Amino acid sequence: MANDESEAGADAPAGGFVQLLTPDGERVDSVTTAEGVTYSVDFTDDEYRELYKDLVTVRRLDAEATALQRQGELGIWASLLGQEAAQVGSGRALRPQDMAFPTYREHGVLYTRGIDPIMPFGLFRGVDQGGWDPNEFKFNTYTIVIGSQTLHATGYAMGITMDGKTGSPDGEAVIAYFGDGATSQGEVNESFVWSGVFNAPIVFFCQNNQYAISEPLERQTRIPLYRRAAGYGFPGVRIDGNDVLATFAVTRAALDNARNGQGPTLIEAYTYRMGAHTSSDDPTRYRIASEVESWKAKDPISRLKAFLTKQQVADDTFFGEVDESARKLALDLRERVLAMPDPQPVTMFDNVYPHGSPEVDAQRQQFADYQASFEGSGH
Amino acid sequence: MAEKITLGKALNHGLRRSLESDSKVVIMGEDVGKLGGVFRITDGLQKDFGEDRVIDTPLAEAGIVGTAVGLAIRGYRPVCEIQFDGFVFPAYNQIVAQVAKMYFRSLGNVRLPIVIRIPYGGGIGAVEHHSESPEAYFAHTPGLKVVTCSNPADAYVMIQQAIASDDPIVFFEPKRRYWEKGDVDLDVDLAGAYPLHASRVAREGSDATVIAYGPMVRVALDAAAAAEEDGRSLEVIDLRTLSPLDLGPVYDSVRRTGRAVVVHEAPGNLGMGSEIAARITEECFYSLEAPVLRVTGYDTPYPAARVEEEYLPDLDRVLDAVDRSFGW
Repeated sequence: MANDESEAGADAPAGGFVQLLTPDGERVDSVTTAEGVTYSVDFTDDEYRELYKDLVTVRRLDAEATALQRQGELGIWASLLGQEAAQVGSGRALRPQDMAFPTYREHGVLYTRGIDPIMPFGLFRGVDQGGWDPNEFKFNTYTIVIGSQTLHATGYAMGITMDGKTGSPDGEAVIAYFGDGATSQGEVNESFVWSGVFNAPIVFFCQNNQYAISEPLERQTRIPLYRRAAGYGFPGVRIDGNDVLATFAVTRAALDNARNGQGPTLIEAYTYRMGAHTSSDDPTRYRIASEVESWKAKDPISRLKAFLTKQQVADDTFFGEVDESARKLALDLRERVLAMPDPQPVTMFDNVYPHGSPEVDAQRQQFADYQASFEGSGH
Repeated sequence: MAEKITLGKALNHGLRRSLESDSKVVIMGEDVGKLGGVFRITDGLQKDFGEDRVIDTPLAEAGIVGTAVGLAIRGYRPVCEIQFDGFVFPAYNQIVAQVAKMYFRSLGNVRLPIVIRIPYGGGIGAVEHHSESPEAYFAHTPGLKVVTCSNPADAYVMIQQAIASDDPIVFFEPKRRYWEKGDVDLDVDLAGAYPLHASRVAREGSDATVIAYGPMVRVALDAAAAAEEDGRSLEVIDLRTLSPLDLGPVYDSVRRTGRAVVVHEAPGNLGMGSEIAARITEECFYSLEAPVLRVTGYDTPYPAARVEEEYLPDLDRVLDAVDRSFGW
């Protein structure tokens, strides 16, 4: 990539990445890759401020969820801490007609789709398994088995082509989220094959947060992940995943290529999971404090804040308002999570089959009778 | 008008009619297009419906089922062909963890009207992985429905009913019966046809009940014919649906006969016969004159072709079990 000789990208891994905002908050006007593709953004002051607000909000909501988990109100939480730019940048790059297939960590993408942030909390609180209508929100249900959703995304993208909804700027595109660990899954590699041979309108968005629970990237790959795309016959681009501007620019371009009929792109968003894999994990067992500190210096929010301050696009009043707004949203979220009712046990028999099943119906009745047999017995 | 056609051709006609009646139906699998499938079940369909409706896929079973999930979310009705029973396992994760659970997970918001066709069973002299009977794995999985046909008339109707259903269905095809002929009414009105998830008495009898499905129905019927010569009247029930089971006709029969023998090719240990025997025991305990007996494949990997005749339940083993039941 092209930014090896500039100051920008000094923090890039070997091979470089697309960066439009340095960790110090310096803007890079545009980046041209070795393949001759130029990336840039052209945001208004308002749009910059909105991006900042998104980043702060999703981090604050995430912190609230982590607190709720520690207080015993969530069974588990998969924190996005450190990955806000990758999620907000790619999520904001989606057009309304685009479809997203998340893992279980894309709370920031969910937020950018305009979805009530409480939606995935049924899953993490144990009230349901994360149930919503993917087609209503253009955001599929969370998928927990690593990598499986990339095939669903590919099939959906094939359907877009079959519907004749590609080949124009109004076309539809799909984004499939997954992590560095998932790139070792056979199903993810199959989704690359299928997308390639069917020229599916899809963007594979890999958040390389450096760890698959405890296993470092070196256990998943011998080459930088974005370079794998070449073997499947489509472009691969590595971006600074902590740079919301580069993330937006590259994802928007890849999605537009897809909707125009130019097929898939693999984006590797180079980032870092600042927290644990989930609330059940202890990262001190497998990574050192200095590494975490070095990534803190690349924080996605502080770099945008530094830029906005330097450019006098925002001041302390604005930052204070954003913090206050995020705090209110988080408190509201907390109250509503705490108010989520436990499901009635008999509802476990619901939604097993669209057309129902006499066997499930019989067990539902047996269960109801069994429950009723305790009534008045003091159990 | 009834025509005498093979079970394979009946499936082909059924698939054709589904493609005609619903533009969202797509067929996908390995070699299903130009070649018409290794068993020619999809013969001529790509030529008539195009490469977007009958899709030759990359050679990846997880990919076939996984992309079918996405197509279904998009509003399509994919019919996936798994080339052979023993090749379904790369797709097992997608079938069991995704196809089966999506409706439940999404609180009823996502229907996956996917049919996964699997030619299954032995008796064709094949190499390893081409003769297995993996139905119990799928019948054990909540969220999937599992059916199997035993004759051309059922094949023609059941494949269309399965495709029209919004439930995800694993459709097992008795591959060694693909070439057996029977009368099929190609103009049958699906609305009035025998229900998909219902078993059926294939032959009436009064002395013992033989329960079979798929390729073993023929064996059971042959056994019943032979038993008749010995003066024993066997009732044969074709289960047709393995999940959910429809055991009402079985209970009715066993309450009359007092004796039940379950027959399948799959290994006996935790096979369909185990569940059926348990349920008959629970429902018909006081009617039973003998324990429910099972005639099954053995608990070994499917053996080499030159010994498969000894592995597979046949007429003699069924009659032997009937004898043992009467000897109780």
